[in-house]
Amino acid sequence: MRVALMVTCVNDAMFPETGKAVVTLLRRLGVDVEFPAAQTCCAQPMVNTGYLDEAVPVVRTFVDAFAGYDAIVTPSGSCAGSARHQHGIVAKRSGDAGLVQAVAETAPKTYELTEFLVDVLGVTDVGAYFPHRVTYHPTCHSLRMLGVGDRPRQLLEKVRGIRLTDLPKAEECCGFGGTFAVKNADTSIAMGADKARHVRDTGAEVLVAGDNSCLMHIGGVLSRQRSGVRVMHLAEILASTEDAPVLAAPAAPTRAQEAPR
Amino acid sequence: MSGTFVGMPAFPTAAKAALGDTQLRHNLSHATGVIRAKRSKLVAEVEENLGWEDLRLAGAAVKDRALRDLETNLVLLEERLSAAGATVHWARDAAEANAIVVAVAKQHAAEEVVKVKSMVTQEIGLNEALEAEGISAWETDLAEIIVQLGHDLPSHILVPAIHRNRAEIREIFIREMGLVGKPAPEGLTDEPAALAGAAREHLREKFLRAKVAVSGANFAVAETGTLVVVESEGNGRMCLTLPDVLVSVVGIEKVVPSWTELDPLLRLLPRSSTGERMNPYTSTWTGVTPGDGPQEVHVVLLDNGRTNALADEVGRQALRCIRCSACLNVCPVYERTGGHAYGSVYPGPIGAILNPLLKGTGDAQTDSLPYASSLCGACFEACPVRIDIPEVLVHLRSKVVDGHRDDTVSKLEAVAFKGAAYVLSDAKRLSLAERGSGLAGRVLSRFGRTTLPGGRRAAGRIPGPGAAKWTSARDLPAPPAESFRAWWKRTDGGTK
Repeated sequence: MRVALMVTCVNDAMFPETGKAVVTLLRRLGVDVEFPAAQTCCAQPMVNTGYLDEAVPVVRTFVDAFAGYDAIVTPSGSCAGSARHQHGIVAKRSGDAGLVQAVAETAPKTYELTEFLVDVLGVTDVGAYFPHRVTYHPTCHSLRMLGVGDRPRQLLEKVRGIRLTDLPKAEECCGFGGTFAVKNADTSIAMGADKARHVRDTGAEVLVAGDNSCLMHIGGVLSRQRSGVRVMHLAEILASTEDAPVLAAPAAPTRAQEAPR
Repeated sequence: MSGTFVGMPAFPTAAKAALGDTQLRHNLSHATGVIRAKRSKLVAEVEENLGWEDLRLAGAAVKDRALRDLETNLVLLEERLSAAGATVHWARDAAEANAIVVAVAKQHAAEEVVKVKSMVTQEIGLNEALEAEGISAWETDLAEIIVQLGHDLPSHILVPAIHRNRAEIREIFIREMGLVGKPAPEGLTDEPAALAGAAREHLREKFLRAKVAVSGANFAVAETGTLVVVESEGNGRMCLTLPDVLVSVVGIEKVVPSWTELDPLLRLLPRSSTGERMNPYTSTWTGVTPGDGPQEVHVVLLDNGRTNALADEVGRQALRCIRCSACLNVCPVYERTGGHAYGSVYPGPIGAILNPLLKGTGDAQTDSLPYASSLCGACFEACPVRIDIPEVLVHLRSKVVDGHRDDTVSKLEAVAFKGAAYVLSDAKRLSLAERGSGLAGRVLSRFGRTTLPGGRRAAGRIPGPGAAKWTSARDLPAPPAESFRAWWKRTDGGTK
């Protein structure tokens, strides 16, 4: 099985550690994952803002980059949703029968990470270790567009050392919404502030989700509030082990770093 | 006597004002929370027995079939209504419909009409049109009275005064009722039963006095020429039976071919709207029944943009809407901004698609509506007739953008997306852009003073379009020095 990592533009440019975590995780599970270097973006920012013509060349780049793979795995529910449900709209708009055909090939082969792990590889215990108090936010597109259901939860429950806490009103949108976060910034922030409040109510030290874009938004609010809660992509927790913990305990301070008496 | 949505600012501006209203935020969060919980319980109950999804599919199929043969169904409806003694009028738009109702009222020298709660008469601004001709239109639904007496605007499809709490309602009743009829009783409290009692007393004289009533219809059954109104309070039944003359304004998408097809719709509607298994009152009437009820019955079949919506391949599913308002109650945007921010009698997710579909895109306020959503999909999940609202929103956004493709001066956003498309359609260009962002990241990491929990450097408040809006309340992580693709290339996929 030829497996391609679709890292997504957001992870590529802003959160490379998530991409590396997927590579570590999949290799540990015996998958020889490739990174097609011609990939760029799924075109969702254009499509969801109404720029369909602008999305056409981006979708073309996508299908060219991923042609021939048996599975395209991505650590993003939103981008998987875009490839599966929106590329067809863009291809239709282009009027190019070849692109329509190419999209029909790549769309059903695109998997969100937890779908690939649970449905294709058939694993829920990925051998991870993460001894921290964690709460999970199901992102809207993974939940309602893809229907990943409890797959992320199944995976998290098998992580050794983890203390999972339920997030109140978990299924409510965090308010990111792509360009919504800027076009309707006030409403987006109001939603984000409520989500952050629910996260803080759990007492978790880490908020985990399957989409870094949503986490960038909620994490941005949590940081501005000096809440002391950090955000992490699910892949990074699943990649973490006793030998290679993702959150290593900080080294003891040296004399020079100690606070002045 | 009520306000108007004309001249409302675009959604982001209106929303900003609404978000600052703490009382509104509290009222909405409480009220939508209560309705959501009631609905979920009943959906779960149906799920156990015959399957909610099957019922939704049945409802959607009924409406789709009815819309596919719209012309046949409407002509049959007209024929059966006429045969049953009703007068059928056709109205292309709001002005034509209003003129018909005004003319009927004037024929009977009516100075006032009583009204059943109706979205379509709000859509066409009937009350204002009647008022302009010196005819008072009295709303009789409790929530509508609150809105009307408060010189307010509706903010919800089902519960138009959802933005008001009981203390505010009591104040409105005490202040306003006496000015237009029977005053509120002495010592009125804000107990719901007491408030409803005051409204009942106030309305009674209007019901008994009115010669003309105006209604909408939830459904129109073509095979028998029967109109259907569902309601909770019995005020509708009073309006539909007491006056001599009844005028019903009905959107052409309300027609269903036969009684059998009402079945799934009448099961879906109350569960999705009020969270009840069955609505307390279902009134049906077929033209004129001699000696019983109104002896002069008019039906105004209204287009007002519906055929435009029907012509839109993606958007036409919005005509399946049965005005239940479940999408409003689950919408995280609506819950925070309330209905007024949408600048229309149709607020919330359904309003964000219905308004542009009925009116057409092109003005700034209407064009802002498809963007008033985070595309979270909660509305589609709740919709009893499976309207894929996010799909239609995205489709309408493309219509908004396409409407500006010939602008002589492009919007900054359009230029930015053209640039993004250029960069994102070629990996080499993207790689170059990432080197730039990596450089910015290094500068930020060196000199920035904000640190995310966990230690990563971040930007605090920064100026510039977009950036300022993001960072007004959210820190922004500094870009990493090395992108994923650069790391993959440098380390050969992490192997060296």
